[in-house]
Amino acid sequence: MQKYDFPDVGGHFGQYGGIYMAETLIPAVEELRRQYLIFRDDPEFKAEFAYELKHYVGRPSPIYHARRLSEYVGGAQIYLKREDLNHTGAHKINNAIGQALLARRMGKKRVIAETGAGMHGVATATVAARFGMECIVYMGAEDIQRQAPNVFRMKLLGATVVPVESGSRTLKDACNEAIRDWVTNVDSTFYIFGTAAGPHPYPMMVRDFQCVIGNEARVQMPEMIGRQPDAVIACVGGGSNAIGIFHPFIEHESVRLIGVEAGGHGIGSGQHAAPLTANAKVGVLHGNKVYLMQDENGQIVETHSISAGLDYPGVGPEHCLLKDIGRAEYVAINDDEALLAFDALCRFEGIIPALESSHALAHAMKIAPGMDNNKVLLVNLSGRGDKDMNTVARLKGITL
Amino acid sequence: MSRIQAVFEQLKLANRRALIPFITAGDPNPQFTVPLMHGMVAAGADLIELGVPFSDPMADGPTIQRASERALKHKVSLTNVLGMVAEFRRQDARTPVVLMGYANPIEAMGHEVFARLAAASGVDGVLTVDYPPEESAGFVSVLRQQNIDSIFLLAPTTTDARVEHVVRLASGFIYYVSLNGVTGAANLDVDDVALKVASIRRHTSLPIGVGFGVRDGATARAVGAIADAVVVGSRMVQEVENSSEAEVVANVGRLVAELRSAIDAQL
Ligand SMILES: Cc1ncc(COP(=O)(O)O)c(C=O)c1O
Repeated sequence: MQKYDFPDVGGHFGQYGGIYMAETLIPAVEELRRQYLIFRDDPEFKAEFAYELKHYVGRPSPIYHARRLSEYVGGAQIYLKREDLNHTGAHKINNAIGQALLARRMGKKRVIAETGAGMHGVATATVAARFGMECIVYMGAEDIQRQAPNVFRMKLLGATVVPVESGSRTLKDACNEAIRDWVTNVDSTFYIFGTAAGPHPYPMMVRDFQCVIGNEARVQMPEMIGRQPDAVIACVGGGSNAIGIFHPFIEHESVRLIGVEAGGHGIGSGQHAAPLTANAKVGVLHGNKVYLMQDENGQIVETHSISAGLDYPGVGPEHCLLKDIGRAEYVAINDDEALLAFDALCRFEGIIPALESSHALAHAMKIAPGMDNNKVLLVNLSGRGDKDMNTVARLKGITL
Repeated sequence: MSRIQAVFEQLKLANRRALIPFITAGDPNPQFTVPLMHGMVAAGADLIELGVPFSDPMADGPTIQRASERALKHKVSLTNVLGMVAEFRRQDARTPVVLMGYANPIEAMGHEVFARLAAASGVDGVLTVDYPPEESAGFVSVLRQQNIDSIFLLAPTTTDARVEHVVRLASGFIYYVSLNGVTGAANLDVDDVALKVASIRRHTSLPIGVGFGVRDGATARAVGAIADAVVVGSRMVQEVENSSEAEVVANVGRLVAELRSAIDAQL
């Protein structure tokens, strides 16, 4: 394989990515890129980021061998990278800390964020409290309903949560509204974007902040099993937890990288959130060119997933490139398969996973039986499931 | 000479400013768009900006968002919008039409196909909110081959160095966004705009239109005193929204006439 070095200076991953934004925001993303490139290599910034990750987030997160689950499933051994054990309960905090440190250095006292499952919103509200910044979180009205505990958490942390009633009232609409806020308050405001998508430099910057996951795993796996895993599996919404664990493994060519999208009611039903698996047409939304779920006229279509954090019609540009060059594979897991995996992890390991992460786990459980029991699958357990209690209870017909 | 250039040259000779009303194609429903366009021209519009509805209009405030939603209820596509322009052209060969919208419907159609169909329909200019100059060199040259102008936005945040870059790709006119915000915001500061317009003029001889925040005759007049063209968007769309189908063409025409006389009054 040729040396893998993306994005280019304009933020392109092959034909994907870029800065497809309105003029008002272009100088802002330019300035962000300039500042990020300075601080990325600044020893003081790096030390502060590392300090926060260790003492505030609680890193490194452990890797756990899910023995009973592996035995139950049969075949390959399933290992979990425990991002659910991070402060605030998901990988999102890695990125939120990084961007908050940058915001502080850029003198921005007001931060905004979009959120789907609420984990990025909680992470942003948390770091805003930690660093004394004003925080506004945009969240689709539909997601506010299905992730009620996270809405309360954000409010406890001092954030203002703004319900978004337009469009499908989910993550993409929350993004639209956050962008509208940013364009209005561009001078005072830092947009803490939650996934490895959006205009350059976000896909690169979010990836870099999330790479702590893969960098740790690449050291931890040989310590535990004497070698790297056979495959690394992660769920893909916008793609930040996946790229964070994949990227450090790209050069380890024998390690399969498998991204798991939300299959919703099934790819054939059209009600899903799996643009890569369904081979959606390439298009432009939210500042980048990516595989994008749309109708024949280029209107973005409504997506469906039980998991709010995966319920998004696009995907980060680097995953689009990794799919095209064949370095990563992308598959979809349906709602019901994810729920079965959710239950299995609760019952066999005493770990309640996020519904997002349950998708990755479900795929591991699907392919493990076809593999020898000396093979190893490393699943990125991107978050914990406390936020999903209402959704899961409702699906089981239980009122809390 | 392009239609856009011709209109600006005539206006310049007459020492008048262009009035550019914006409506969303297909709002309140597709049958009204062409009559609205003719009505606006009859009432004094010099150039028409026609919004292409999009599911995710990130740069628009609630008024134009709702217009997009109304049009999309009728499944108005980019192909339909081009059809409306072609129909308009059957009776009006003079008034320039600029399409304003977002990248994805154009991406879905394909740049070449779009440029060819747009030219055949009589489109004169294209303004794509989320195609900044960094991403649009290819698209601009495809449009240029069909003699379609590429209209670019400049904003209060745009630095001088960027202005220089943008005006090199732009043709037709420059669209200066008067404020940091979405369409429909109402806090345009005329003195700030005057300073910025003057500084843009040092980089280009293209006409400069100013839009976002022009709400009434008074702001239209103030903007007309410092720019070559006054763009009125949300206020037009609001008139469409608040009018019954029986009255919409007359009401929108009356509003254009009001703005026209306000702009002309100062000169
Ligand atoms: C626990 C968890 N995992 C995954 C995701 C999906 O995001 P990404 O694909 O950026 O990792 C989310 C998003 O909210 C999440 O909360």
